[in-house]
Amino acid sequence: MSPQTPPPHVESLTCPNCGAPLTVRSMGRAVTIVCDRCHSILDAKDPQLRILQRFEAATGDEVPLIPLGARGKWRGADYEAIGFQVRTMEVDGIAYSWREYLLFSPYKGFRYLTEYNGHWNDCSVATALPEADGTSARYLGKKYKHFQTCDAKTTYVLGEFPWQVAVNGDAVTVTDYIAPPYVLSSETDGSETTWTLGEYVHGADIWKAFGLPGPPPAPVGVYENQPSGLRVSAGQTWFAFAGLATAMFVIFTLNQLFSQREQVFQEAYRFSPSSTEASFVTPEFELKGRTSDLEVRTDADVSNRWIYLNYALIDEDTGRAYDFGREVSYYSGVDSDGSWQEGSRHDRVVLPSIPPGRYYLRVEPESDSSFGLIGYTVTVTRDVPVLTVYLVAFCALLLPALLISWRTYNFEQIRWAESDHPMRSIGSGGDE
Amino acid sequence: MTKPAALCPSCGAPIVFQWSSSVQTTCAHCKSILIRTDVNLEKVGVVSDLPPDSSPIQIGTSGVYENRVFTVAGRIIYDYDEGSWNEWHIVLNQGGSAWLSDAQSQYAVTFAFQADPLPARAAVHLGDRFTWNKIAFVVTVITEARYRGVEGELPFQYWDKQGATFADLRSTAGDFATLDYSDTEPALYVGKMVDFDALRLKNLRAFEGWR
Repeated sequence: MSPQTPPPHVESLTCPNCGAPLTVRSMGRAVTIVCDRCHSILDAKDPQLRILQRFEAATGDEVPLIPLGARGKWRGADYEAIGFQVRTMEVDGIAYSWREYLLFSPYKGFRYLTEYNGHWNDCSVATALPEADGTSARYLGKKYKHFQTCDAKTTYVLGEFPWQVAVNGDAVTVTDYIAPPYVLSSETDGSETTWTLGEYVHGADIWKAFGLPGPPPAPVGVYENQPSGLRVSAGQTWFAFAGLATAMFVIFTLNQLFSQREQVFQEAYRFSPSSTEASFVTPEFELKGRTSDLEVRTDADVSNRWIYLNYALIDEDTGRAYDFGREVSYYSGVDSDGSWQEGSRHDRVVLPSIPPGRYYLRVEPESDSSFGLIGYTVTVTRDVPVLTVYLVAFCALLLPALLISWRTYNFEQIRWAESDHPMRSIGSGGDE
Repeated sequence: MTKPAALCPSCGAPIVFQWSSSVQTTCAHCKSILIRTDVNLEKVGVVSDLPPDSSPIQIGTSGVYENRVFTVAGRIIYDYDEGSWNEWHIVLNQGGSAWLSDAQSQYAVTFAFQADPLPARAAVHLGDRFTWNKIAFVVTVITEARYRGVEGELPFQYWDKQGATFADLRSTAGDFATLDYSDTEPALYVGKMVDFDALRLKNLRAFEGWR
């Protein structure tokens, strides 16, 4: 194994039918070789290259995207494209064709790349025996779901193969089981069954490895074992959601348990809307302990009335003011639809992160001057548990899980639509 | 390890046995097939031209199987419908020998396994299940093969054979077994499918144009 790459090894033969030169690339392993000029399928084990079959196809009917003879470093070894075949299955009277490129390494042997609608798979023979029933298969500890069973024929072939190929010969039954990005396929002719494992690969990686010109064909639709492209699965997202929601619930519970709920101020007032100078300040109250939240509750005795209160919480030492306005209004009545009510006599606001210290409130009530006296009570409570922040956080956690589930669901819907088991509705989930 | 040396009774070239238990070898010079008797070598035949070689393994290739170092000492070549394959006789440095089969670059290492009674050829069909060494095997391939040739050292006399039937069996965990009906009594070999890279093979054949 020299460090330089000597020229590729080829044996030169000629087609016994048309005399065109043939190239043999797989070093005595070829069983079948196809003349690309006259489409004679030849017995490569026979020194006379006996003609096994000729198939009718115009040259150029099918052009391999990876030319025969192209070499590339693929999965850690040098491989050469040596064979190309088009295989066709029929579903409900519609023919679907995919292309297979046989790759050869004298050390690693054979593997092949398949292409359908721009979707590629890197396939090699399964080393262990899979176990399969009609609905799933198990291979080396991994479970694969049945996707499709169909009968397939080879409809075009070029190059050489280590097995016998025939164009439009006997159909084989191909069964695909998927666990994206993998597909486990069995092919049976009725007696012998061969299993191959495919992995979804990107055309761009093949183009780069084999130095192919231009861009690879753009993939159309969703392929059977195409990974969703989401970095996480819906299951993982829900698992993370469950973990974070549990943690949040624990914090919420602790918050509820350890909140002081210390009432630091309460006073009842009466306000005459006709008075001119309504603004006043409350006595001081002390906020102790750590920086925490503060609830200001206003209970007003209003009925078909409103009262608006301009509040300012003022730190006596620093003079810092926290301004906020609250409206308390309550209306009720009876109309043709029956009795109705609107608003509430109670209002509650929570000021977050108030440092400890001595504070007082400046209160400036307003109302309609036509109203009579309005009684109201101001209650200030230190360190109250908060619910809304947890609700917001809960929604923030729920949202990505829902989005990923929805995107996954849509992707799986498209994937399975092409299978023997299309998904019917939300909830069936493809678990039939 | 002893390396008994002798001269080829046919051409006089020196014959060195890599493995003390080898029963048969071929003369690299004149292609005579030689059988070891107590002291002498007896010529029993000549190797016909071997088919164009496609295996990257050759006599002298060494590798590692389950942490045991081995060296390739000989081989049997078979033909079948889809080409040919090699059963390489490998000698383990710790003693003993096994087989490394290369069938279209699918590699398996197997050891002779004593099990009684082995099923008769007529009693083996595709899909049949057998359990040896507590491993559940399924018959996956039955191959009608033709003896094609031998090279190097073998642990038994093996030449001038005609047809031979092999039944290959696999397990769900990658175990591999072969029932060999090439002799009057069936023989069983049990081992594993192995990855080319995992064998860490050295002294491989160089292929022109390939690295």
